[in-house]
Amino acid sequence: MGSQTQVEEGKRLFLEGCSSCHGIDAQGSANGPSLIGVGAASVHFQVATGRMPMAAPGAQAPSKEVIYTDEQIAAMSAWVASLAPGPAIPSAEQLDFADADIAEGGVLFRINCAQCHQAAGGGGALTQGKYAPSLMDATPQEIYEAMLTGPQNMPVFSDETLPVEEKQQILAYIDSLQEASSPGGMSLGRLGPVVEGLFMWTVVFAALIAAAVWIGIKAR
Amino acid sequence: MSDNIDANLPAQPEHSGDGTVKPGYLPVAPIEHKPRVTDTDPKAARRAERQVASMFALSMILVVVFVIAYVTIDVTAVVYVPVLGEIGASNLVLGLTFGGAIFFIGAGAIQWAKKLMPDVEVVQERHSMESSTSEETEAAGNYERGKEESGFARYKIIRRSLLGAMALFPIPLIVMLRDLWQSEPGQNPAEILSSTSWNDGMRIVPDIGHDTGENVQGIRPEEIPVGGLVSALPMSIKDLKKDAVANMRDRGKSAIILVRMDPEEIRSQQGEGWDYQGILAYSKICTHVGCPIALYEHRTHHLLCPCHQSTFDLADSGDVIFGPSARRMPQLPIRLDEEGFLVAQSDFQEPIGPSFWERG
Repeated sequence: MGSQTQVEEGKRLFLEGCSSCHGIDAQGSANGPSLIGVGAASVHFQVATGRMPMAAPGAQAPSKEVIYTDEQIAAMSAWVASLAPGPAIPSAEQLDFADADIAEGGVLFRINCAQCHQAAGGGGALTQGKYAPSLMDATPQEIYEAMLTGPQNMPVFSDETLPVEEKQQILAYIDSLQEASSPGGMSLGRLGPVVEGLFMWTVVFAALIAAAVWIGIKAR
Repeated sequence: MSDNIDANLPAQPEHSGDGTVKPGYLPVAPIEHKPRVTDTDPKAARRAERQVASMFALSMILVVVFVIAYVTIDVTAVVYVPVLGEIGASNLVLGLTFGGAIFFIGAGAIQWAKKLMPDVEVVQERHSMESSTSEETEAAGNYERGKEESGFARYKIIRRSLLGAMALFPIPLIVMLRDLWQSEPGQNPAEILSSTSWNDGMRIVPDIGHDTGENVQGIRPEEIPVGGLVSALPMSIKDLKKDAVANMRDRGKSAIILVRMDPEEIRSQQGEGWDYQGILAYSKICTHVGCPIALYEHRTHHLLCPCHQSTFDLADSGDVIFGPSARRMPQLPIRLDEEGFLVAQSDFQEPIGPSFWERG
């Protein structure tokens, strides 16, 4: 929990940058949801990935350049956390996946995450312009916070239904996906054989046809 | 010019033996011969010669580079190439040099043929497709003799029983198609498709892969926050762990998702009191062609199938709001048991998954 000055600084930043949509007392408005009870984890995820503040209304807030410093984000998190209890920022212990089982994480990822984020974490489309983002650049803390708070349209995976140990396994699996190299280059979003086949049928076939034409043309 | 054309044509083909040339063996129009630059300009010819030779030489150089690269480049080294992205340096160089080596042999050969080898228009001779009269007569005679010697026309009963046997032979292939939907002897396929493992009091357990059921007691409602999503199975999956086929079949039918929304957000559900304080249980199997789906958007309450974009509104009885699916997503009625765990009230009230013939 933040100190009193930190909470006050957070409130000042909130009134300045967030209250136009989320309301003077974070009670929400037609333009943005209430932040009472969303917890520090939610604030940190949204602001530290640049999703908040939103640049323009749209189907979904995209990840973009972060405009607040770490101290400012911590202050805003502390203020929102002081409003009502909510998911706290995960501790270093919770985020330590060094001993987690990557294979188990893969199973859990395919059951709980792959339907939207794709089996290799490449992300995918949802309804009406919304999308599940790629996980390739997400940090363990961001992933943990996203599972805990359910940002935007992502469902919440609480520590009760998906315990810390299982979350760590998922973190380990995503980390292994991020680390996995692509020795052949041009992974085509790791979307698999359909995309690779399409590439072959269009690009490579065009090249073969061009070669056949060159062979057939009479020399001048 | 016309002398030139004649000089470039092969001798007149003669086929029928009686001296007349069959139509179709000559070009329908005279082919105009255009000499190439390399035919008329010796300098250009020498340039083409050098060009072809340097392609072959380049191929040799690439082979040498391949061998050097194979020995010297660390296989784990990674380089960044625009468009391709991060790529293994060894793979890149080996592929380019080996591929280039074979490419320049081919390209040189084609360039040689196009620029320097004799350039003449040739009419390709073809044989007549038609058989000679004597061959036709002989074949017809063979057929007639075979028919006579086998007695196919004479032994009427043999002929008819053979035709009957051959007509019946494919029947087992059609009968075996029944295996596609008949899994338990004596059980109606429609019944198998219409029932799942859920029944009154069946505990709901989270799906955590192959370990499901080992230590899990169930799900308590307070464990699912508003906006939460849990992929779940019936507790009975525990007993099926050892039986891989039954386990898979049961997962294919009984898989559900639990979602929790603010009770005020639920506009309608498939039965009175089928939720538990805003927790709704829906089948995980798409009613279009049976893909397992859990693409749940917790703000819109839309459930989207990634296969064909069928979209169901879980806040409104699981009705189809988009896509090819013709049926709503079946809801499982749930309640709380004495120990405070979520359980089913009954089996699904309608068959889960895709439509089938007997369902009507």
